Amino acid sequence: MMTRAPHVEGAPRSPLHLPALHESAWLHASGEAVYVDDLPTPPGTLVGYVVASPVARGRITRLEVAAARALPGVACVLTAADIPGINDISPFSHDEPLLAVDEVFCVGQSVAVIFADSAARCREAAKAVVLEIEALPAILTLDEAIARQSWIGQPHTMRRGDVAAAFAASPVQIEGEVRTGGQDHFYLESHCALAYPQEAGSYLVLSSTQHPSEVQAKCAEVLGIDRHRVTVETRRMGGGFGGKETQGAYFAAMAALGARATRKPCKIWLNRDQDMTQTGKRHPFMSRYRAGFAADGELRSFEVDIYADGGWSADLTTAILDRALFHLDNAYFIPNLRFTGRACRTHLVSNTAFRGFGGPQGMAVIEEAMNTAAERLGMDYAAIRARNYYGESPRDRTPYDQEVKAAHNRLRRITDQLLRDADYDARKADIDAFNAQSPLVKRGLGFQPVKFGISFTNSVLNQAGAFVLIYADGSVQLNHGGTEMGQGLNTKMLAICAHELGVRLDQIRHMPTATDKVPNTSATAASSGSDLNGMAVLAACQTLRERLAPVAAGLLKVEPGAALTFCDGQVFPEGEPARAVSFAQVATAAYLQQISLAATGFYRTPDIGYDHAAGRGKPFHYYAYGAALTEVEVNALTGEHRVTRVDILHDVGDSLVPTIDVGQVEGGYIQGLGWLTREELVWSPQGVLRTHSPDTYKIPAYGDAPRDFRVQLLQGAPQPDVVHGSKAVGEPPFMLALGVLAALRHAIGAWCPGQPVRLGVPATPEAVLRAVEDARARG
Amino acid sequence: MDELRFTLNGQPIAEAEAPPNTTLLNYLRQRRGLTGTKEGCAEGDCGACTVAVLDPDAAGGPAWRAVNSCLLLLPMLQGKQVVTVEALGSSGEPHPAQASMAKHLGSQCGYCTPGIVMSIFEACYRRDLDAPWKLDDQLCGNLCRCTGYRPIREAAEAVAGSCPVDRFQGEAAEATPVDMALAYARGGQRHMNPTTPEALWALLEAHPEARLVAGGTDLSLEITKQFKTLPLLISVEGVAGLRGVTAVEGGWRLGATTPLADIEAALGEAIPTLGRMLRFFGARQIKNRGTLGGNLCTASPIGDMPPALISLRAEAILGSRQGERRVPLEDFFVAYRKTALAPGEILSGVFVPELAGLNLRAAAYKVSKRQELDISTVSAGLAVELDDAGRVVDARLAFGGMAATPKRAASAEAALLGQPWTREAVEAAAQRLDADFAPLSDHRGSAWYRATVARNLLLGFYLETERTPRPHLPYRPTATVQIPTP
Repeated sequence: MMTRAPHVEGAPRSPLHLPALHESAWLHASGEAVYVDDLPTPPGTLVGYVVASPVARGRITRLEVAAARALPGVACVLTAADIPGINDISPFSHDEPLLAVDEVFCVGQSVAVIFADSAARCREAAKAVVLEIEALPAILTLDEAIARQSWIGQPHTMRRGDVAAAFAASPVQIEGEVRTGGQDHFYLESHCALAYPQEAGSYLVLSSTQHPSEVQAKCAEVLGIDRHRVTVETRRMGGGFGGKETQGAYFAAMAALGARATRKPCKIWLNRDQDMTQTGKRHPFMSRYRAGFAADGELRSFEVDIYADGGWSADLTTAILDRALFHLDNAYFIPNLRFTGRACRTHLVSNTAFRGFGGPQGMAVIEEAMNTAAERLGMDYAAIRARNYYGESPRDRTPYDQEVKAAHNRLRRITDQLLRDADYDARKADIDAFNAQSPLVKRGLGFQPVKFGISFTNSVLNQAGAFVLIYADGSVQLNHGGTEMGQGLNTKMLAICAHELGVRLDQIRHMPTATDKVPNTSATAASSGSDLNGMAVLAACQTLRERLAPVAAGLLKVEPGAALTFCDGQVFPEGEPARAVSFAQVATAAYLQQISLAATGFYRTPDIGYDHAAGRGKPFHYYAYGAALTEVEVNALTGEHRVTRVDILHDVGDSLVPTIDVGQVEGGYIQGLGWLTREELVWSPQGVLRTHSPDTYKIPAYGDAPRDFRVQLLQGAPQPDVVHGSKAVGEPPFMLALGVLAALRHAIGAWCPGQPVRLGVPATPEAVLRAVEDARARG
Repeated sequence: MDELRFTLNGQPIAEAEAPPNTTLLNYLRQRRGLTGTKEGCAEGDCGACTVAVLDPDAAGGPAWRAVNSCLLLLPMLQGKQVVTVEALGSSGEPHPAQASMAKHLGSQCGYCTPGIVMSIFEACYRRDLDAPWKLDDQLCGNLCRCTGYRPIREAAEAVAGSCPVDRFQGEAAEATPVDMALAYARGGQRHMNPTTPEALWALLEAHPEARLVAGGTDLSLEITKQFKTLPLLISVEGVAGLRGVTAVEGGWRLGATTPLADIEAALGEAIPTLGRMLRFFGARQIKNRGTLGGNLCTASPIGDMPPALISLRAEAILGSRQGERRVPLEDFFVAYRKTALAPGEILSGVFVPELAGLNLRAAAYKVSKRQELDISTVSAGLAVELDDAGRVVDARLAFGGMAATPKRAASAEAALLGQPWTREAVEAAAQRLDADFAPLSDHRGSAWYRATVARNLLLGFYLETERTPRPHLPYRPTATVQIPTP
């Protein structure tokens, strides 16, 4: 186990594992932080506008752009015919043209792109584009897609035991259907890309993307050039949440196409309505399940058919479906099971990555079963969950046969500590007493454990690179392949770099992520950013420190190989800080001794892999754990409800930067709360999104965050084989919000004791009022 | 023709090129290179574009007020002072609002942060933040998708009301009354700011086709969302005598150009119905610009003020060169988005009678998908007057979101008149609402939901006013209707 020596006041110290502000906090607050649309552009820079399909599915019978092209200020109007390379923007499935060819498959699909000297001129030109589409029948719901067997990819199945026999033998049998809705990412910064033509057929693309390497690859493919001619740079995003994992490639490739056609810098920035109507969202899911429980609440069998609405193209849908299947168990051992997942093709926007990546949708199914079973059995919502936790062998095997190492399974510890610290038993008794006396207002407490697998389930993606440069004055430039979208990755990488090199934070400049610094990177996604890039940064810094150590030894006049401490901009023989030389002196000396002061670092996650056909393997390096207790109040007259208190205990291992991790936990929970209680995508019968701006699409606002919001990180829980004992944190907390459903059901169930609550998601006031009226009618 | 004159970050601006439909946000970003102010939605629903304008507050003294620059047209700034995040301070020398956000980890991706800083900036100088809901109200116009708001709340609480003595405080203290007079035309668009009634009447006669605007928080959406050109706007916000809340014989006169925040400050406490409705009306930025007259003249079926005011027996004061006339507010709304205004006539204000002496039960309700910064699914202003025997002598049940106009529930009111004010009578009357309204289904709610909620609100009104005839809202109510709990 890793331990930290107590810090001696005044002694040099590393920033690792200590609270810190966000590395850009002062730039954010002063308005000095720059996003792509903020960059000053050279005179003559053109702005782009996407001409999008107004119909959900149809055949393009006429597409004429000459009149639009001839309008004043219009530089070019590009269609599929103007693409010199490959007209495909999909991450791997080759089913997604950048610009439509012959057919359109959703409202908002890009058909042409206009570049002009102003957005107003673009809009005028768009009106002059002649686009005639013969409408064809469209599939606009999951049910219709299932009925018509409109699939993407192949089914994915996991099995264990004899599920039918176990169900038949179960005293409590539950059959049901669970639907979870889509969710718009609603990053505050909408998509934006700016492409500069450079000499010799090369391009510099500034993109708001989680995946610069894929943007690079897609731009190169679309332009028909080698990747080395495209440099993609990302300083920061104004939020990503998965929405900029693949979707940014569209607008970057269009901007690059414009730059090629006009030889001028070209920028595409989407306004909110364009962003919401043209880009993919969280996948809606529908699942049918049969669950068999023993009388004591033990889950004996679980059979699930789960369907994801992929929209019109595959994008990442099959991987998202995989992750949903990998999380149908959440934290619970299931002896007999069959899970089958199918991805459906509809004629709506192509759904994409969103924090949790199918995990929340999968967990929602088993949590529904748990809630229903608890209500049928009259069991406590927390007790039925704890009854089913993974444990010692043989109760330590996931549905896909990965071992949930009992030694690293912190869920019982987390549960015990959270329920104790949050005073669960007494509060629950108080609430039950309150509910007995209150006819029209009820309260509820919902407990939610989460186990979430960490790694890209496509194992090859689990690799990262870093590139660290030391200048002769001792200042450092830090590059790695991860991107900063607000999650604090760069803050953590700075802490690791400062720790490993032993420099002060102000000696390091964190560089924009750029494909000419670190090549072939994976998306910053799957919560893996700090795990993967942190290891790569660590490796690069260790290489450099090994080169510097003999130089420092020479300056310090100690034996080469003597133990040295690099810390806080000083280098000194271990235990003798008074003898320190500065890091800058060491760097200067290294330069004079002709020693390389730049190094790369690389990391790949060891020992993971998954056999898709067999439904077995070890897709995850480890699991993240957490639990939440959510308290709500429900009003029976309007269905309005409020989260009044939330207690969370989350396991981030030995936190790299605890303040950053707390921010991820809080933000993830509230985003999950939005998905489950507020955010509702409404489509017209023609497949037009009705809720395409914050006027109608309501993410959580200031007052939705509970006034009493108590977040703790599990202490003394370092994770082996992860950078400095830390754990991934980006996605897992999102699913803690599932507890709001148990809380609402606890409240609503007070109107129908002993009977299951029927509550739809998102649990908007209307959905809650329906559930309340249903409960009161039965109660 | 005039130039646009205003002060931007302490620097006098004389602008002669920007067309009058130009929003301040686009002007800042595109013409001034001030990109700290962000566009998140261009409709006043996210707050990323928030800036502060020096403008009289409810008490009449100049104050820095947070507004949405995406909805503010440049001519509306005539003679005024505006500051953006860049002027507050720098990363090296931050303003307390900026420092507080950074220190509390109030930013993650940072994109919403400048707007939040500007809302906290206003809060720094407010002296009336004497109740927790006021800070919620101050911040609820700023969406953040990253943090979950807890650190933003702590950042705001740390500096709200701290009244730093600095140049901003000095500029507010030294501000002189603003002359908004302007006639400005560029690029085929014209914008007029008359400042006297006489000038206004003359313009109305000369330009019957002109659109009138006050705060512009609704009208500007035609520019920012529908990309329309509004060729001729007459802004009434500079016209003398139309702004402010004044006590008059038998009640109050609410000037049409009074910002909603000022009405809230002046009357929210005295008239709980108004306080309740204004609590969850838009957000601080909207209420700092949006005016009562604008909210009524758009005549939206889901406007928030009409049901509340109708229930309070308010009257619309219609002004013209010929003088003033009054009509009951319910008669001001004649059809979907149509008012009783005649050509050459404006809404000068609203008369709200003093009802304190009556045995009156009154409250307002607003049900929406999200409590803060949302549009009503159903709203209601409900008031009943009882006689000494406890019988209903007057019932005014006004609903929004239930019909093409804000509308009273005639059948339900009739069912109550003369009845004892009992749960049975209320439940019977609630059933009659189905005869009064046939609401629509849309993305905000189904017809079933609207009808059910309307009935339930009437019952809730009865229950809520059993103890307190004219109840205020508590801090962070779970629901619009406050049912007594054990």
